[in-house]
Amino acid sequence: MLKLPIYLDYSATTPIDPRVAEKMMPFLFEKFGNPASRSHAFGWESETAVEEAREEVARLVNADAKEIVWTSGATESNNLALKGAAQFYAGKGKHIVTVKTEHKAVLDTCRELERQGFEVSYLEVGENGLLDLDVFQAALRPDTILVSVMLVNNEIGVIQPIAEIGGICRDKGIIFHVDAAQATGKVAIDLASLKVDLMSFSAHKTYGPKGIGALYVRRKPRVRLNAQMHGGGHERGFRSGTLATHQIVGMGEAFRLARLEMDAENERIRRLRDRLLHGISDIEQVYVNGDLERRVPHNLNVSFAYVEGESLLMAIKDLAVSSGSACTSASLEPSYVLRALGREDELAHSSIRFTLGRFTTEEEVDYAIKLLHEKIGRLRDLSPLWEMVQDGIDLRTVQWAAH
Amino acid sequence: MAYSIKVLDHYENPRNVGSFSKEEPGVATGMVGAPACGDVMKLQIKVGRNGVIEDAKFKTYGCGSAIASSSLVTEWVKGKTIDQALDIKNTQIAEELALPPVKIHCSILAEDAIKAAIADYKKKHGEQAVTG
Repeated sequence: MLKLPIYLDYSATTPIDPRVAEKMMPFLFEKFGNPASRSHAFGWESETAVEEAREEVARLVNADAKEIVWTSGATESNNLALKGAAQFYAGKGKHIVTVKTEHKAVLDTCRELERQGFEVSYLEVGENGLLDLDVFQAALRPDTILVSVMLVNNEIGVIQPIAEIGGICRDKGIIFHVDAAQATGKVAIDLASLKVDLMSFSAHKTYGPKGIGALYVRRKPRVRLNAQMHGGGHERGFRSGTLATHQIVGMGEAFRLARLEMDAENERIRRLRDRLLHGISDIEQVYVNGDLERRVPHNLNVSFAYVEGESLLMAIKDLAVSSGSACTSASLEPSYVLRALGREDELAHSSIRFTLGRFTTEEEVDYAIKLLHEKIGRLRDLSPLWEMVQDGIDLRTVQWAAH
Repeated sequence: MAYSIKVLDHYENPRNVGSFSKEEPGVATGMVGAPACGDVMKLQIKVGRNGVIEDAKFKTYGCGSAIASSSLVTEWVKGKTIDQALDIKNTQIAEELALPPVKIHCSILAEDAIKAAIADYKKKHGEQAVTG
């Protein structure tokens, strides 16, 4: 029996896997000790659990457990990595390089660093959403100290060439940070071979709890950071604050399951995503946003031309999805990520992000396909743009009365 | 976003969707907005010899509130003279549909669509409108 609405927004967040919740429970009840308590068994028990979880997070990305620092989530990890590294290495230079399609947690942190006197270059991507290595190389300067490029884009799911970027950064002695919030459990990450210095993780995008994340801080060669949260000197001084044992245990278990199951799971999800894409490809004028090959299997971001995204969301309210259109502000700006791909505004306004996950079924995908067929037709019957295009009018030649 | 019952009603059951042939006598068209802004409204009116709007149709590319605003004005302009239709204000539309502040621009666009359609009518039928 199909339960509505159908959740197809796994890149926003994922439900906690029941096996993860099970593992967390005791740490909310009898195993409540503070892992920093060194003088009794309550503390030792919690500390052991925290260290086991750290081991699991490290194992998923082939790192050493000593390189994992707990944070409250990927936003905090990005803040700690960027501000911490920029401030520590400020003596070497003041230039930072990032990309226009990064998550706001990186972009807004870079804006703050600009206010602190750093200079930031925000690089363009190609129309497939990927950073071109020549563009990247050309942006580097002798005073560049820090580069931040995400592994998997949250809106369009494309995978940036971080191995190559890391190689270039290492040769030049530039610190390289990667936001991997959307990547864990979706793409293999091997930090023993990748030349990445800092990497941000989140638990709740990978079937763990919200409110917990981690930052990988490389030890060889050693990367230094200025702490952003001061206090009891937890996490070797990188991040003070009592550790949230139950959250950490949850993240550890979620990452352990991801390591064991990701190959089979990605295969299954890819089949479902391809089924969805195939199912809607007979609708006229449907465009996939972002490269379809260099992309995680979970993501399908498509524009249904001449149908506005927010009205489409209303029409398909049985599906929990996201739209690239944000017609809620006075500026009516569509997604900055889609604009960075050079998508025309009307296509950016017409985009829907479907993200599939562990609990998505074939039945749900088939329901979505059927619903989209019905509703796109209805909204196009309502659309003056669709009518004009059917009449052979080129919309780019029309003089619009902008408002 | 939570929509009002009236917005949902107009969105689910839009009134007077469609187009008149532009050659039909008495038909005038107002097209406002721009695809880049995420809203385009096309309002058509059919004006009788007595200067009364006999029929109206719309098509809208835009959010649910934009669709509801244009659907509502097709109902409101029918039976009004063109001068009476010009008195319809965006605030009345916003109030009727209980639009939140971020959606007020939808009601402004609907008012603009009425004005644009009537301007088109006057341009085409200026003489008849005066004498008729």
